[in-house]
Amino acid sequence: MLKIWSMKQKQQQAENAEGADGKKKKKVTAAQLRVQRDLQELTLGSTMKMTFPNPDDILNFTLTIEPDEGMYKGGAFAFSFTVNQNFPHDPPKVKCTQKIYHPNIDMEGNVCLNILREDWKPVLNLNAVIVGMQFLFLEPNASDPLNKEAADDLRTNRDAFKRNVRTSMAGGTVRGVQFDKVLR
Amino acid sequence: MASADSATRWKYLYKALSKPGPFSDEDWVPGSETISALESSKVLVIGAGGLGCDILKNLALSGFKDIHVIDMDTIDISNLNRQFLFRQADIGKPKAEVAAAFVEKRVKGVKITPYVGKIQDKDEDYYMQFKLVVCGLDSIEARRWINSTLISMVDFDNPESLKPLIDGGTEGFKGQARVILPTLSSCIECQLDMHAPRPAVPLCTIATIPRQPQHCIEWAHQIAWQEQRKDEPFDSDDMEHIGWVYQTALERAKQFNISGITFQMAQGVVKNIIPAIASTNAVIAAATTSEALKIATSCNPYLENYMMYAGEDGVYTYTFEAEKKADCPVCGNLARKMTVDPDMTLEVFIETLGERPEAQLKKPSMRTEEKTLYQRFPPQLEEQTRSNLKRKLRELVQDGQEIAVSDPAYVIDFRYRLIFS
Repeated sequence: MLKIWSMKQKQQQAENAEGADGKKKKKVTAAQLRVQRDLQELTLGSTMKMTFPNPDDILNFTLTIEPDEGMYKGGAFAFSFTVNQNFPHDPPKVKCTQKIYHPNIDMEGNVCLNILREDWKPVLNLNAVIVGMQFLFLEPNASDPLNKEAADDLRTNRDAFKRNVRTSMAGGTVRGVQFDKVLR
Repeated sequence: MASADSATRWKYLYKALSKPGPFSDEDWVPGSETISALESSKVLVIGAGGLGCDILKNLALSGFKDIHVIDMDTIDISNLNRQFLFRQADIGKPKAEVAAAFVEKRVKGVKITPYVGKIQDKDEDYYMQFKLVVCGLDSIEARRWINSTLISMVDFDNPESLKPLIDGGTEGFKGQARVILPTLSSCIECQLDMHAPRPAVPLCTIATIPRQPQHCIEWAHQIAWQEQRKDEPFDSDDMEHIGWVYQTALERAKQFNISGITFQMAQGVVKNIIPAIASTNAVIAAATTSEALKIATSCNPYLENYMMYAGEDGVYTYTFEAEKKADCPVCGNLARKMTVDPDMTLEVFIETLGERPEAQLKKPSMRTEEKTLYQRFPPQLEEQTRSNLKRKLRELVQDGQEIAVSDPAYVIDFRYRLIFS
């Protein structure tokens, strides 16, 4: 122990930091700090908006994607983001808050995006997730289906799929399932 | 009889602590002073599970006399094969209490104080009483918490506030032991990237083309539960919940012609249980406790600072010095004290930050633990926090509170403790 203490004293002379009196207050957590940084470094563009129900809680927010091209053009798709204190070791949890017709999003709002699960790494940031989410609307992917029927439609009859997308976005019924109206 | 017993029991320990060896530190004074330093050292063991049982036993047999142990768990029948301080009759009882009582009874003269609960229940005053902390944990989250707590406790004017953290971990045949000197050496957060994230199966595989029994269990747990029992939060300790997942997974497996699902497997997948191996725990616990002895007595140099043990293909160990990360969010940016006028507005405060030589922050965003003070991006959050700019610091932060500042111009974030003038 003696040796460690003398090391500490040496370092203390070199630095000027720390040592306020009294009880220390709660520190900003590593997850909060990382999210603060990630938010600052986002590139949102005109097709994406974020809303913070409680601005003091930056770990919970909503992302709205409004694609300006592709089959989902004209819609406004809302996703809830939940970041836990183990971020960035754990990925953010992302769910679609609307019922939409999309091959990679199921009826419960689960999203199949590789970096949200199996390919998540702590070096990835919120921007990577958001770019990935946007890509899902530009290029829905039939080979990783969460909504199997939608994926089959996309694979077998692209035009019918497009029509189904339009119907569902208007709040219509596709294959007996009524979807939420998401048109702007 | 008792005293003769104890003289015999400690004979070799005392010998090792009473004369210098070729590797002992030149400043070290062997003998009674060292021995009483060891015996009066209060140490904390976090976790009384697989590693914890071994650690407690080893510390007690290494001459530590005042040991505290924290664990929130109760004893399960599946623990009994390796957590040797527990017996069938102990099932359901808290691990910390049973382990403490067992070792106290077996090793005369040692006092073990159990606490049943979470490490987060305790504050800095509690952790301040210990000389060092030994961890036998199974969660990264708990490690990160104790790491950042011990780092924030370091007070440069008080050497006693530096609590060495000795961390052990095992996973099947693999394990690691590391020594962390908070703020001085590489910390858990610095080394976070070395933990392999738990392997996950793509959600679409689970949803559409399960190939393995585990996929069906994941489906029942992640998808079917949401669909059918949406309003009940899933509890992995609730046997009825596990049973439901098991039954649901069985049905799905039948549809896809998959066999091999068992109740135990369902529980294992849902709780992410990795088979524990008693001998790996013994190896790692031994490494952590001999480090505890060396650090508490200075009798020999301690581990610097990471020992990995790979026993899955032959036996391979490697010791290396993990480096401190300059941009570590926990130990790379210790809070600097900054004296501020509490009547200054946040806007003026941000301007003064731009003038500070070490920072020269141009576009900072900042927050306290509970409040977003100002966030420049995204626009909606900027709008929501803009009104704070006109407010006085005393309305936004408390005297002595810490703020964290990020600026796109710097890779490193800054922390300041604001002291009102």
